[in-house]
Amino acid sequence: MPPVISFRGATKTFAGPRGAEVRAVDGVDLDIAPGEVAGVIGYSGAGKSTLVRMVNALELPTSGTVTVAGRVTGTLGERGLRELRADVGMIFQQFNLFSSRTVAGNVGYPLRIAGWSREQRRDRVRELLEFVGILDKARQYPAQLSGGQKQRVGIARALATSPGILLADEATSALDPETTQDVLALLRRVNAELGTTIVVITHEMEVVSSICHTVAVMERGRVIEQGPVYDVFADPRAPATRRFVHSVLRDTPSGATLARLREHFPGRLVTVWVRAGSGARSALSDVLATHSAGHGVRSTIVYGGIRELAEKPLGSITFALTGDDAAVDALIADLRRHTRVEEAA
Amino acid sequence: MTDWGTLAPILWLSFQQTVYMVFWTMLVAGLLGLGLGVALYTTRRGGLLQNAPVFHLLNVLVNIVRPIPFIIFITAIGPLTLLAMGTTIGTRSVLFPMAAMATFVIGRIVEQNLVAVDPGVVEAARAMGAGRFRIIWSVLVPEALGPLILGYTFIFVVVVDMSAMAGYVGGGGLGNFAISYGYQQFDWAVTLVTVLVIIVVVQAAQLLGNRLARRALRR
Repeated sequence: MPPVISFRGATKTFAGPRGAEVRAVDGVDLDIAPGEVAGVIGYSGAGKSTLVRMVNALELPTSGTVTVAGRVTGTLGERGLRELRADVGMIFQQFNLFSSRTVAGNVGYPLRIAGWSREQRRDRVRELLEFVGILDKARQYPAQLSGGQKQRVGIARALATSPGILLADEATSALDPETTQDVLALLRRVNAELGTTIVVITHEMEVVSSICHTVAVMERGRVIEQGPVYDVFADPRAPATRRFVHSVLRDTPSGATLARLREHFPGRLVTVWVRAGSGARSALSDVLATHSAGHGVRSTIVYGGIRELAEKPLGSITFALTGDDAAVDALIADLRRHTRVEEAA
Repeated sequence: MTDWGTLAPILWLSFQQTVYMVFWTMLVAGLLGLGLGVALYTTRRGGLLQNAPVFHLLNVLVNIVRPIPFIIFITAIGPLTLLAMGTTIGTRSVLFPMAAMATFVIGRIVEQNLVAVDPGVVEAARAMGAGRFRIIWSVLVPEALGPLILGYTFIFVVVVDMSAMAGYVGGGGLGNFAISYGYQQFDWAVTLVTVLVIIVVVQAAQLLGNRLARRALRR
């Protein structure tokens, strides 16, 4: 299937202080397929927001092109822009609801812009509020709602005109963990039941692991790595991706933790990656068992964690290995035939 | 002793003159000031209708006019008043300087209240495909309505204050009444009663403004 969103050499520069030029987005090539949930991750200031705002033409590329459902954003007039934006919904970290309008008024607003009649709007708003599960709040004002309820209103409002694409800018970052799960479940339903393509900006691992199919990693305006979520997280290639993955997985000891481990555990500290396929858990266990029995290498589990991502295992376990130096070397070499092993210096 | 039998009808007439001046000034300057405030807000850098020359022109104009003491302003724009109202004397003629000054003051207050509107809400409306003018009347103004009502209530008091100067050009009103029949006749009771009437008017306006603002705020 041809992509529904396509960036080609997309660049966005802003005028910075003293005439300096800031490249928020720098020559991005990226395709997003219809029905996909695509994550955009990276540290703040990496250009994620600007990139996503190019999809609904809130930002136009300074050079390069952005094509959305067959429309090149930079060429659209007032009317084309309105049509594009009716086809691209957006939700925000701070919800951005109209405080002067009721829940129903908020959800009905994009329908007003699209010129729906009063009766049509009433029926559609009802349907949407039912879908997001807050029909009973229709007559309330945003100030009376909890964060999770506000984001449900935001989602209902963004879906009002049945857009093919939904943009989510840190949509769960202002919510507590439980509410985050509820909202993510709702987004998953939007994707599964309505077939909506979703682009999510996030810095939360929860979001990536629970709803994204693919992920693009941004650094200093560039997409430095992209692909299926598991591939990018299981085998990050760019140093920045590696740092990001480490910081969200938090499964490898560093700094103070490492020092404490050394204090408590004798031997060499070795971190073993657990992955699907060659890094499978059973294979690694076999290696450890063999060396323990045959060469007297004792392996103590001191740190780590394994989670599931795209239904596959992902994580690392840190062992303190004690025994004859050559035997430990042999164990490490054996483990390396299966997976990546890092020895703490 | 104060002859209230004679003075009461004059006080009533003065009251009506003040209401007349304040009403028309609030109506005309209220609308023009809203327009001016919206223009100041939207033409600024990064605004919906970003336009540096227009913004700077309006901004400088407001800054020049606003600090002029009103009593001096009335005389300074006398020629313009003559052009617009056909006369520079009387209750009707003072409407011109009052409305002009109030427009600038209201413009600034409207601008300040619009600045406080969450830019995220404007962005959300843009993302939904709302045009710029639709955003102004259907998002910006409603979102700022509570503070705007309080701002207009504040202006109401300023305009009542302005109307007291109308006596200078034969405009009548409560201010003129207090000066002519109180101060200049050494009749302190008349001044006091006039002040009480003004206090009641202002209190009533403030009470109404607070109520309306609370309803509009939805918090």
